[in-house]
Amino acid sequence: MSRPRHDAVVIGAGHNGLACAAYLARAGLDVTVLEAAERVGGGAAERQLAAGFRAPGLAHLLANMQPEVAAELELAKFGLATVCADVATLALSPDGDHVGLHGDRLKGPVSARDHQGYAELRSRMLRFAALLRPWLNRRPPLLVNGAAGDKVALARLGLDIRRLGRREMREFLRMIGTNIYDVLDEYLTDDRVKGALALDAVLGTHLGPRSGNSVLTALYRLAGDPGGGPGTLALPAGGMGRVADAFAGAARAAGARVRTGCPVARIRVDHGRACGVELADGERLEATLVISSADPKTTVFDLLGARHVEAGFARRVHHLRMAGNAAKLHLALDAAPEFSGAPPDALAGRLLIAPDMDYVERAFNPAKYGRCSEQPVMEITVPSAADPTLAPPGCHVLSAVVQYAPRFLEDGWDDERTGAFRERVLATLSAYAPGLRRHIVAAELLGPADIERIYRVRGGHWHHGELALDQFLFTRPVPGATGYALPLEGLWLCGAGTHPGGGISGAAGRNAAAEILRREGRR
Amino acid sequence: MNGRADARADERGGVSERVLGTAFHARTAAASKRNRWHDWNGYTVADCYTAADLEYFAVRNATGVFDLSPMTKYRITGPDAWAYLDRLLTRDIAMLEPGRVLYAVWCDDAGKVIDDGTVFQLADGDYRLCCQERHLDWLQDAALGFDVRVQEETAAVAALAVQGPTSCAVLKALGLDGVEALRPFRHARFALGDGEELVSRTGFTGDLGYELWIDPARAEALWDRLFEAGRGRGIAPIGTDALELCRIEAGFIQAGVDFLPATGIVRPGRARSPFELGLDWLVDFRKPNFNGRRALAKELREGSRWRLVRLDIEGNKPAHHAYVFDRRRRQVGFVTSAAWSPVAKKNVALATVARPAGEPVDTLFAEIYYQREMHWSRKMAACRVVQDPFWDPPRRRATPPADF
Repeated sequence: MSRPRHDAVVIGAGHNGLACAAYLARAGLDVTVLEAAERVGGGAAERQLAAGFRAPGLAHLLANMQPEVAAELELAKFGLATVCADVATLALSPDGDHVGLHGDRLKGPVSARDHQGYAELRSRMLRFAALLRPWLNRRPPLLVNGAAGDKVALARLGLDIRRLGRREMREFLRMIGTNIYDVLDEYLTDDRVKGALALDAVLGTHLGPRSGNSVLTALYRLAGDPGGGPGTLALPAGGMGRVADAFAGAARAAGARVRTGCPVARIRVDHGRACGVELADGERLEATLVISSADPKTTVFDLLGARHVEAGFARRVHHLRMAGNAAKLHLALDAAPEFSGAPPDALAGRLLIAPDMDYVERAFNPAKYGRCSEQPVMEITVPSAADPTLAPPGCHVLSAVVQYAPRFLEDGWDDERTGAFRERVLATLSAYAPGLRRHIVAAELLGPADIERIYRVRGGHWHHGELALDQFLFTRPVPGATGYALPLEGLWLCGAGTHPGGGISGAAGRNAAAEILRREGRR
Repeated sequence: MNGRADARADERGGVSERVLGTAFHARTAAASKRNRWHDWNGYTVADCYTAADLEYFAVRNATGVFDLSPMTKYRITGPDAWAYLDRLLTRDIAMLEPGRVLYAVWCDDAGKVIDDGTVFQLADGDYRLCCQERHLDWLQDAALGFDVRVQEETAAVAALAVQGPTSCAVLKALGLDGVEALRPFRHARFALGDGEELVSRTGFTGDLGYELWIDPARAEALWDRLFEAGRGRGIAPIGTDALELCRIEAGFIQAGVDFLPATGIVRPGRARSPFELGLDWLVDFRKPNFNGRRALAKELREGSRWRLVRLDIEGNKPAHHAYVFDRRRRQVGFVTSAAWSPVAKKNVALATVARPAGEPVDTLFAEIYYQREMHWSRKMAACRVVQDPFWDPPRRRATPPADF
């Protein structure tokens, strides 16, 4: 009996795996996507908190979405829509004197100077982010041994920077490697606004506002366009799960098979070439191409095995910095949460607990030494406020990204420590929404160890690796794999660990598919 | 912290610059008539005991004993030890089995040689790797993803090389019953006194010879018994100077002399691939993966830059550090090791030349500087590229070896 041979198997049905599969299937390849979990979506999948309460698993906002992906895969046709394409932000203040941030405007009690400083900074940051954008949607050019196209692309970047004009070019080159704390101090005086922008720069990273590199992460966040314009944030209609379903729909419509509940145990290798995968239940799938949307460490060490790559390469992968620092809080509430001093419509946007930059930096300090923040910072959304279908009538779902909760605690994570941190998080939250605890129907806090286990990401880092100058663009994830190909024939990466990085964008999956088709040839 | 620093840790737990004596130091110091020593891997070893040429002739005509305790030794153990070595080493290790010794090189990902050495399979999942330089950091990094333990055991194993035509007879007289049956590149344990010693038929002289791997606590007693057994068979301790001459005659390359470990190189282009060291036979592309495979496959397609050649040079003046020229007097390389070979009666050298120079029929020229009573002279000596070692007697491989 001859087993059917696939052109490609994609490991993981996160949005990047699905995007990659969709593009490959469209090009005529026979593609099967294998997902360990019972549902598709990975970090975009939703979690059932209690009956009728649907919370976004990891990502709760669309930030890095690339319009190319949405348009090419016709994601709208498969259910992708936004209830709000340009989500407003409310920077919470302990005294109830909150400040709103929306587009290039501030709302609330701030000085004229801050209004102007904010507009100026926002437009400059968007201009710089626009430089990055074309780079996110292509394979990073090779610095050495590159083809002519790579050299053109590099020249183009140089030219684009030069075209900013002398003043802006200097400013770009000055800012790109610096830290967001100093930059915000140059433009703004208002603590709340600075705190909010500082938090945006360090979300999902092992950085404090004073850490070098935090301007780059801020720019990366502004380089997407989920529909409301460059640098906007969007809330998907029907919740994040709908986004995952749209990607899966696009993949299936293109002809890809998507199988859930079948974890891949290992990548099979025959004479130095990936030849398929073996599932946890022993089933074997043969394939000409194996494409992993898992993170690089999981792919190389757990699925492939270090013996199939060379020692220096394995060492580089081993040294990838990808220890998560963010936890995820999900609350099922029997009433709308009330944040003191916040207008009711604020719940349909996002609320930040980062009252000033030093607060954020202080929250980060213990993370350097393997301890959780005493007073965490938070990015809060109430998805059910914008889309009532996500919770039973009158009820709500609250989702918050909470930092800092380092993956590697001094004494390790256990139920007790997770519980203690959850208590600290709820205490912090209650300081801004005093009556909140009374309304909690169900609660869960996913620490980075939980995220590692549930989403099968080593380190629990939801970008599958720190987004930093040394792990960005030409060097993401590591030299020797920057063009999506791993140094083993037939084996590819397409997840957030590859260029351009994390966020619900699908860009990594799209770029990987393009590179695979270019290098492996269409059928 | 590497083993060298461990070995030098002083009483306070800090790192001292004290150069240690080997387990044989009391005996080697007593044997030294010249008091000439140098530092090898942190240990005091003799340049020579009496005179280098006398010691050299002990190896070629009788038995020379070399204290090779400072040789770097790593113990590699665990369920994945074989797989680890298979990925580390460029050659096929399928023939590795208990009792077997394999000469091998290992490379970095760029296909450049880190070091060469010998691998002993002591038992299943238990190996010893012996080499010239220290590589614990690289060897441990290479263990990522393998269930294997890599430990330095340089200080824990004392070693003597017993080399020369009467060496087998000496060991038999010492009481190593059956040592004559030991074939080249094999090792075995032999009962000796109240203990058991590991003996391998290996060496760095290109002659009949053995190496004894022993517990440092028994080192001095073994030395005494060995020299007692060698009386009447011309046994003599030899220093590094004599060994150096022997290994050049045998055509063996040495890390730090004929090539530099790739891990320590700063300037681009200074590292060497196995192909550039004449070690093509140690690279086996039938193995689907080993460190450096991709780079070496590319080098094989695109050509190597360097070639290591053995030179037979006219005249009798050793071509130390000589530039090498082609017929058109273009400088194409340089000598890395040179000596007058008493046994071959030839002026020999190992040299690195840029390809395509160094083909077997090539005539090259070595620019030799030499001094006579303060006056320096320069000679362009014609060199013949030769394929075979300058010294490779049948007794090196004969089993059993001739008795004396």
